[in-house]
Amino acid sequence: MALTYDEVLAKYEPVLGLEVHVELNTQSKMFCGCSTIFGAEPNTQTCPVCLALPGALPTVNEKAIESTIKIGLALNCSIAPFSRFARKNYFYPDMPKNFQISQYDEPICVNGYVDVEIETDEGPKVFRIEIERVHMEEDTGKSLHVGGATGRIHGAEYSLLDYNRAGIPLVEIVTKIVPGTGKYAPEVAKAYVAELRDILRSLGVSDVKMEQGSLRCDANVSLRLIGVETLGTRSETKNVNSLRSVERAIRGEMIRHAELLNKGERVVQETRHFQEESGLTRSGRSKEQAEDYRYFPEPDLVPVAPDAAWIETLRAALPERPSIHRKRLQEAWGVPDKEMAAMINADVLNIVEATVNQGADPTKARSWWLGEISRIANDKDVAITDLAISPTDVAEIVALVTAGELTDKLARQVIEGVIAGEGNPAAVIAARGIKVVNDDGALMAAIEKVCAEQPETAEKIRNGHLPAAGALIGAVMKETKGQADAARVRELLLGHLGQG
Amino acid sequence: MIHLSAAHMAAQLSAGETTSVELTQKHLDRIASVDVDVHAFLFVNNEGALAQAAEVDAKRAAGEKLSPLAGVPLALKDVMTQKGVPTTCGSKILEGWRPPYDSTVVTNLKKNGIVILGKTNMDEFAMGSSTENSAYGPTHNPWDLSRIPGGSGGGSAAALAAFEAPLAIGTDTGGSIRQPAAVTGTVGVKPTYGGVSRFGLVAFSSSLDQAGPCARTVLDAALLHEAIAGLDPKDSTSINAPVPQVVAAARSGDVKGMKIGVVKELNGDGYQSGVRTRFEESLELLAAAGAEIVEVSAPNFEYALAAYYLIAPSECSSNLARFDAMRYGLRVGDVDGASAESVMNLTREVGFGREVKRRIILGTYALSSGYYDAYYGSAQKVRTLITQDFNNAFEKCDVMVSPTCPTTAFKIGEKSNDPIAMYLNDIATIPVNMAGIGGMSLPSGLAPEDGLPVGFQIMAPAMKDERMYLVGAALEAALLTKWGAPLLSKIPALAGK
Repeated sequence: MALTYDEVLAKYEPVLGLEVHVELNTQSKMFCGCSTIFGAEPNTQTCPVCLALPGALPTVNEKAIESTIKIGLALNCSIAPFSRFARKNYFYPDMPKNFQISQYDEPICVNGYVDVEIETDEGPKVFRIEIERVHMEEDTGKSLHVGGATGRIHGAEYSLLDYNRAGIPLVEIVTKIVPGTGKYAPEVAKAYVAELRDILRSLGVSDVKMEQGSLRCDANVSLRLIGVETLGTRSETKNVNSLRSVERAIRGEMIRHAELLNKGERVVQETRHFQEESGLTRSGRSKEQAEDYRYFPEPDLVPVAPDAAWIETLRAALPERPSIHRKRLQEAWGVPDKEMAAMINADVLNIVEATVNQGADPTKARSWWLGEISRIANDKDVAITDLAISPTDVAEIVALVTAGELTDKLARQVIEGVIAGEGNPAAVIAARGIKVVNDDGALMAAIEKVCAEQPETAEKIRNGHLPAAGALIGAVMKETKGQADAARVRELLLGHLGQG
Repeated sequence: MIHLSAAHMAAQLSAGETTSVELTQKHLDRIASVDVDVHAFLFVNNEGALAQAAEVDAKRAAGEKLSPLAGVPLALKDVMTQKGVPTTCGSKILEGWRPPYDSTVVTNLKKNGIVILGKTNMDEFAMGSSTENSAYGPTHNPWDLSRIPGGSGGGSAAALAAFEAPLAIGTDTGGSIRQPAAVTGTVGVKPTYGGVSRFGLVAFSSSLDQAGPCARTVLDAALLHEAIAGLDPKDSTSINAPVPQVVAAARSGDVKGMKIGVVKELNGDGYQSGVRTRFEESLELLAAAGAEIVEVSAPNFEYALAAYYLIAPSECSSNLARFDAMRYGLRVGDVDGASAESVMNLTREVGFGREVKRRIILGTYALSSGYYDAYYGSAQKVRTLITQDFNNAFEKCDVMVSPTCPTTAFKIGEKSNDPIAMYLNDIATIPVNMAGIGGMSLPSGLAPEDGLPVGFQIMAPAMKDERMYLVGAALEAALLTKWGAPLLSKIPALAGK
């Protein structure tokens, strides 16, 4: 019998551990000069080093070290004055050297934290997520196993390998265990990943696109009976490719663990893969026998010993923390909590800010992005940032509306045109012949015509029943093909009917 | 002409007395004649070498300023990549692989107009002291074809001794340049670690591997040393400092007032009597040249061999993991329905030789969790202690010296079933690699009991490579005066074809 989430929590306490892999957006790979651009033809961004040809040697990308130090500083970590790369040895066809250059016992950043705030039954509450380490490593190539039932290498008919990704700089951010989140565990995890994403974005060190894999989260979950100290056995869920999935995966694993434990069975320590469609996880490889990676210091690379003064320069140049930045924006714009949350959830805060920076009124900028434009993005099923409309375009549209040169309805047509690729707002307006009818004479003619057609409604207004005006204004707008300014129509109509 | 030193050949080239094409052809002819017996070469690049020689001649004819060794031929150890030229490392697993890129050493050789004749034989992946571990058959010592030419760079050393090339490139992980030099009566130098780029040197043990010059004279070695050394941005362990002035040192050979430290622990028991005789004689000659001979102690050297056989195999177990039949070289068992894993297993089974497998297994074990601290960890501590021994000794002397090897060349097959006896050959050369400093071996004469060459080793502090050349040049000059002709003039003539 399936347990409910509340039943799980009545008996067990969840303990989390989150490992986030971030692809850095450096121009070149971690240990060679190859390009890192996403989506190139397979195996075109390779060289002797990232293909592990005999004799090739790695050299460290300084920019990647800088980015990692920035991340460490932004996560309140200490930066090691001396750290080393290590080899993690294991065989896999998509890993050309058959070892991965990573960091092991001497990572570059240690002991940090991130505070995340979530809404609880008792109001907003801050949870501190402690960071154990932040270290550098290289990504593997990509393999596609064709044929076979599981999509895994065993049983596949053949495998395709793309080494373009081999050697892309990766940063792994590992939390300490996170106890004490209770029923909020899934939300805390989601908020943590979201905060991390915002921090990384503000640092400009990664594209942080979960759907493209530039930010990947592995969620470790274990349960223990409430009041018990000893940790339960954990599972590690991979393939969690969106913020929503983080939440779903953890909730799902909590329920799965509890069901096993209630039946007296044990949780297997293993890697599990999150299934986007079902929200469930399926078993991956077992980690019962800890794999022996035979780590040892990478002899081809000298230790990383960043200059203390350089670290301080990087620290001084850190951008404002996103959570503080958000608070500041909220105050400056006078936005209620709920609206702010809506913007954050819809991932439009940055675009709205950019629009405001272009001179738009915050409320109007927000309502366009959150309303019309979000709706179009949903219809098209694309990320709002992938639409062909920029903050500058929206700021321009807001300005035109404010100046009375566009009505809201016309503005929607302009937005549609811009997104359809017809050019910037000015170009769309010119091409589509969109203009506001602001000739009072033309408007009066339309008003008189409408009043004549709907004499009863006109009479009601004349008698002071103002809500009835809407119907007539609507009719006038229709008459003028939407190109009239509704506010001016209302003014003229009410004047005409003695209510001015 | 092929019996001249490289410096002499270079002088003839610049005087217009010969051309690089002529010189190269003479060496190619020599190789064609004697290499059937010596087997120093795995690949002879007739066309490539002549094309390179013609290019140098054309530049010279056009009046271009050329490097000191421009037009002089060289033999390249098969562990170095050269674009388009087969590179096997003496292993079956790389059969057929033609690298798409030049190693930095090769780039530097080409830049200097040094003509690359071909690739020389070696113990598979540089693991060995006799070149018997080559998958392509052993190289024979030109002094006595029934004997080993040393290893792993036996091909390069034998090519010099057989006058198949006046210059060669070797690599030295535990003595692979110096020990072959010693047993063939030639000169071999392992520069300070990081002095010569490792980019394109197929790694055996990354923290120990170092490429260096092999020649028949100290000056030739110095000229080649300066041609290949220097900072390389492609090798993160390459040293960012000016190249030591080794040519000037080799020309000077002035050792007056220099303190030469004799390593107490690298002498005595286990060293062949003729080896000791020649060593003592060399010390006397150096003293006569104005050097002060002092005794120094390096108590931790006795652990060097054991530590080396943990560190080198550990690194090799990881370095050689890339030979998995996926991207280059041999592929065995790639039949319909075969899994990647079985192809990988079969290829490695067939492609790697016994010694390579032995070291991969040893290293894999030494790095395993639970054993790491006891083996790899302890070995690294020994390494630190050896470095301290050197540092302490170098406070009392400018260079340290010892016989290069305990014995002269042994018979082919004599030690091939006794890995420990084989490993003991490198007892005097390994500490240098462990500490990352420089070491040179030059001929000190023939052992009276077997008439075979004996090597004299000079060790200098890191980035003080010029000191080895000062001492080496002084000893070479004194011995030449004593002998009246270079040692190699005594080598038996090869029958040839």
